[in-house]
Amino acid sequence: MPIDKFVTLESSCVPLPIENVDTDQIIPARFLKKTTRDGFGDSLFCDWRYDKEGNPKPDFVLNDPTYSGSILVAGKNFGSGSSREHAAWAIHGYGFKVVVSSFFADIFKNNALNNGVLPVQISDDFLNQLFEAIEADAKVIIKVDLENQTISVPSKNISEKFDINPYKKKCLINGYDDIDYLLSITDDIQAWEEKANA
Amino acid sequence: MAGKTLFDKIWEKHVVNNVEGGPSVLYIDRHLIHEVTSPQAFAGLKERDIKVRCPEKTIATPDHNIPTMDQHLQIHDELSRFQVNKLKENCEVNGITMYGLTHPYNGIVHVIGPELGLTRPGMTIVCGDSHTSTHGAFGSIAFGIGTSEVEMVLATQCLMQTRPKTMRINVDGELKKGVTSKDIVLYIISQLTTGGGTGYFVEFAGSAIRSLSMEARMTICNMSIEMGAKGGMIAPDETTFEYVKGREFAPKGEEWEKALAEWKQLPSDPDAVFDKEIHFKAEDIEPIITYGTNPGMGMGISGNIPKVDEIEKSSQKSFVKSLEYMGFNAGDAMIGKRVDYVFVGSCTNGRIEDLRAFTQFVEGKKKADNVVAWIVPGSKQVEKQALEEGLKEKLEAAGFELRQPGCSACLAMNDDKIPEGLYAVSTSNRNFEGRQGPGARTMLASPLTAAAAAVTGVITDPRTLL
Ligand code: SF4
Repeated sequence: MPIDKFVTLESSCVPLPIENVDTDQIIPARFLKKTTRDGFGDSLFCDWRYDKEGNPKPDFVLNDPTYSGSILVAGKNFGSGSSREHAAWAIHGYGFKVVVSSFFADIFKNNALNNGVLPVQISDDFLNQLFEAIEADAKVIIKVDLENQTISVPSKNISEKFDINPYKKKCLINGYDDIDYLLSITDDIQAWEEKANA
Repeated sequence: MAGKTLFDKIWEKHVVNNVEGGPSVLYIDRHLIHEVTSPQAFAGLKERDIKVRCPEKTIATPDHNIPTMDQHLQIHDELSRFQVNKLKENCEVNGITMYGLTHPYNGIVHVIGPELGLTRPGMTIVCGDSHTSTHGAFGSIAFGIGTSEVEMVLATQCLMQTRPKTMRINVDGELKKGVTSKDIVLYIISQLTTGGGTGYFVEFAGSAIRSLSMEARMTICNMSIEMGAKGGMIAPDETTFEYVKGREFAPKGEEWEKALAEWKQLPSDPDAVFDKEIHFKAEDIEPIITYGTNPGMGMGISGNIPKVDEIEKSSQKSFVKSLEYMGFNAGDAMIGKRVDYVFVGSCTNGRIEDLRAFTQFVEGKKKADNVVAWIVPGSKQVEKQALEEGLKEKLEAAGFELRQPGCSACLAMNDDKIPEGLYAVSTSNRNFEGRQGPGARTMLASPLTAAAAAVTGVITDPRTLL
């Protein structure tokens, strides 16, 4: 599946200052019975977002009209637990293009990248500054520049560099994925197999 | 030059090539699939119009969605039935072996791999499931992947992976009575936190680990993902070889001798250097129980839940939220707390040794009236063995019932859900909010601690009943 191309993004954001948000919270297991990749956005954070009758809980951030945008800013250690890619599909399906945190679980990070969602890992300090900036102004704009690997709040004049694997960066900028690459090297794979079986 | 670690040796052998400035292309020897994380991968292949490269290297089993009663009947939940049928159809179309419901080899994906001899030392093993780390107990590189990666493996038998750092966790000394491998791993996670292993592949070593059975080792590697590690592994030794030998798909005859010689070369060299090394003493570990909503929130069963000011400032908010969900107060003792459900099973503690330990403990005692207990074998073969050994009768005499195999209440995708607000002592691996059903409150523990709770109806130190 070709992924969306990503270059820069300027958007207001949705704050979720909770640590250790696991993939069971992002998308509970009972929603994993579908056999397609779409339609998970409605169930994103379902048990925090809706009550038992399915009514939106007004105190959860996704139900608060003050906040909107395609950047999710979350507490430390985001995406731990289950390997379910449905978590990345739910985040992508809801409309987030970037997730910012000071720490990500490995599998989640891979899953996000494989779906064109950019995980931006920043320092605890900068994360706090972001939460403060959002608290002061719910509509504050955050800018994510993949080419230069920077995340900034232009109105506050603060910014930080972030790391990304150069190969993954190229994939995101060009909108191609790992399978495209792997399929292009089948000769190498065959050579490896022949050597291993020799 | 420093020697090589177990991890280095297997990794290097499986690198097809290295992308400049990027990840490595890693060849995968064994691919396990189940019904929940594979349908979108097969759909992706179809969209691209490509075939499965090596169908014989992938094995399928439905496990997450299936009922644990009346498995001979049609699955009544429509979506679950559809998903399980979809797996069957995808396997048939692509020539992949599947051990479907009621097949004697069916079971939880991480239980059947080892018991069939599909899991062997020196392999690279992946599955669209985070507890694939279980297979590392045999001295293999095994880790969980997402569905896009399942598609990559189906299409090319390879994955793009950045080489993780290596960590060795040494546990030395002798375990105290009533302390099991589950307690070792819960203890380690409570010390390192759920993010403490992120970015690392962990080798477990030391005399306490060496002395464990294969099944106990699997419990430890199983939960390495709960500290965020890419995977966990244990060097293969005589215990490993003894376990693998003679299993259905294990090498035989000359092949066995050849494999054995290779496997003996795998353990980390004495001068191998790890990026990080940690030491624990087995004597410091007591039965562990979790009190919060992630597996790092564990404590010695005789202790008290931490007070808020003992928690790092930035984590206090999450800590308080977690205790609120559990209905506990900071500073509370865990002993004596109410228990409504006991779940014994999952890829962490659903193997025959776990069922034996539980049964032995409850034999001659009675299930507490206030407790509903689900005893769920990890596979058809475990179930068969439990019947042959007479565990079923002994369990029934104590008021317990043995169900049919599957993931069951570990993630509650089937009917086995803990009702909202009720308390469960579970031998599974995750106590996340809602993991065992919306609003369910989970306390993770060993099969012995589960047994002690099941017969007393409250949280009880199993050592007082041994
Ligand atoms: S038993 Fe639980 S953890 Fe293990 S594979 Fe099944 S759902 Fe996952």
